[in-house]
Amino acid sequence: MTLTNTDFAIEVAALHKSFGEVHALRGIDFAVPRGSVLGMLGPNGAGKTTAVRVLTTLLRPDSGRVIIEGYDVVRDAAAVRRRIGLAGQSTAIQLELTGRENLEIMGRLNHMPRSSVRGRAAELLERFDIADAADRPAKTYSGGMQRRLDLAASLVAEPSVLFLDEPTTGLDPYGRLGMWDIIRELVGRGTTLLLTTQYLDEADELANTIVVVDHGRVIASGTPNQLKDQVGGDLLEFTVPDRSRLDDAVTAVAGLSDSTPTVETETRRVKVAVGNRGSTALVEAVRRLDASGVVTENLALHRPSLDDVFLAVTGHATEAPPEIGSKAHKTPTAGVPS
Amino acid sequence: MTAIAEPVNTRVRPGAAQMARWAISDSLVMTRRNLLVWLRVPAYIVFTVVQPVIFVLLFRYVFGGAIQAPGSGGYVSYLMPGIIAQTAAFATFATAIALAQEATKGVIDRFRAMPMARSAVLAGRLIADSIRMLIVILVIIGVGYAVGFRFQNGVVGAIGMILLAEAFGIAVCSVSAFVGLAIKDEESVQAFGLIWIFPLTFVSSAFVPIATMPSWLQVFAKNQPVTLVIDAMRSMALGGPAFPLNPALWESIVWLAGVLIVFVPLAVRSYRRVG
Ligand SMILES: Nc1ncnc2c1ncn2[C@@H]1O[C@H](COP(=O)(O)OP(=O)(O)O)[C@@H](O)[C@H]1O
Ligand SMILES: [Mg+2]
Repeated sequence: MTLTNTDFAIEVAALHKSFGEVHALRGIDFAVPRGSVLGMLGPNGAGKTTAVRVLTTLLRPDSGRVIIEGYDVVRDAAAVRRRIGLAGQSTAIQLELTGRENLEIMGRLNHMPRSSVRGRAAELLERFDIADAADRPAKTYSGGMQRRLDLAASLVAEPSVLFLDEPTTGLDPYGRLGMWDIIRELVGRGTTLLLTTQYLDEADELANTIVVVDHGRVIASGTPNQLKDQVGGDLLEFTVPDRSRLDDAVTAVAGLSDSTPTVETETRRVKVAVGNRGSTALVEAVRRLDASGVVTENLALHRPSLDDVFLAVTGHATEAPPEIGSKAHKTPTAGVPS
Repeated sequence: MTAIAEPVNTRVRPGAAQMARWAISDSLVMTRRNLLVWLRVPAYIVFTVVQPVIFVLLFRYVFGGAIQAPGSGGYVSYLMPGIIAQTAAFATFATAIALAQEATKGVIDRFRAMPMARSAVLAGRLIADSIRMLIVILVIIGVGYAVGFRFQNGVVGAIGMILLAEAFGIAVCSVSAFVGLAIKDEESVQAFGLIWIFPLTFVSSAFVPIATMPSWLQVFAKNQPVTLVIDAMRSMALGGPAFPLNPALWESIVWLAGVLIVFVPLAVRSYRRVG
């Protein structure tokens, strides 16, 4: 197949990159349509950062081709650099300088006219909710604010293609949600985005297309729903403290999906597979249980994790070396008290 | 496998004059940024300014009495050129550490993924650090004057000494830039700096006449470049053999040029390979 490059902001074909004996990328192919979001999902060591570094002109590929906005990353690196923004895995801002100074320096280094640099910095500070702290050294910022400033720094020159390498790793849940909001807003403005993540729920939340990467290869790809269907989708779970109401509870949630609820009588726990209708099903369940007057505890939506995806795709769990502080092996849950 | 058609976009390359303008303006933006960071952190200023001042006072008043110095003006005059050269060399610890941090924190990655001039990160670092060095040198000379040091060879000699000290500092800076970018780990960079900068500056004519050292050490001390530089600085500051005839001056210039020729390309190479 030959791709026409006009519709795609990013095209990657047969990409290989090794570091000595370590084959970080062993033949990666994907294409990202203009204005869409590609989530690159994979455990630690899968090759995500290496891919991002090749795509952003920082590393020369051993073989294969990468075209960004019609320009080859090897032959036309300078043209690519004028069109991309990169926020790497660690925050690359100067902590001694203020948020405003950080952004203005980025603007100057992107060869923006001095007059427009100031306005652009002020606009980004406002948009990213850093305006109040704009003239304080960035080292006084919270982790979430530093991440937002880092992202803002990659946006000063209004890149049409943005690369975010694990934008929420290390953030607390609140900072994570704030980052998601900002990323959604960016995409709403038409920026093409490639983001890497270790969390399926994050890719699900933000990406139009997901490629699952392991050991330098794409092992699965598709829309978030296609992937989750492969995994079996979301699971709604709750406990009924009053054993005599257990049957009423099952009746109440039975119509939520095609699958019949399973009941563990011993623990009074009810489980319903709700496919990809997770949050709607959650709201619906609360409403129905409420209507039938059943009291529940620990009502929660279990979303499939990266591990579940791996299990479904490869038949084994992720094998990445455990990273200290990594949450990759925990199942994120979205729960509501009932 | 997917084949990709030839890119539809033709290459657009800015002209050489535009590239040169960007190289200069980007280097200046980086220079300003680096100086701003230095001024923001009191600890950096203390380390770079207060520490050499303490050295001046320590050697002048604590060790000075025990050291017999040749030449006129007493030990303080002998001491000052040595301290100035050492300070310039020590100032490059900060160069190595800053570049190592920028490499590990992804700052250099970000810069390299931007359309800015490729030379600007290193150039901005070297320019900012030589300005920083000059400020510190002038402060130390001021302190030296307060404790009895005097230039004895006129204004030209004084300026010559300062310029040579700067050139020496810039040469050491290029070595430190290479070390910082090649090693990248901040603590190792610091340790490595101690390993090469301490012996080179102390086992020299900086603080004591080489004749007082054991003979096996003299062989190294007499012939190593830091001694040559300090001897040349001393003769410019205090008066010695007339300018063009001073072999130490020519030998130092050759040494410094050699160091720059070797280490600037090495630093550039490791900058390109960061990551
Ligand atoms: N500069 C490098 N030198 C040697 N090996 C590297 C280098 N960068 C990455 N690797 C190796 O390549 C593999 C992929 O790493 P990386 O792309 O960082 O994965 P991820 O970002 O998915 O965690 C890992 O085995 C890693 O150790
Ligand atoms: Mg990574």
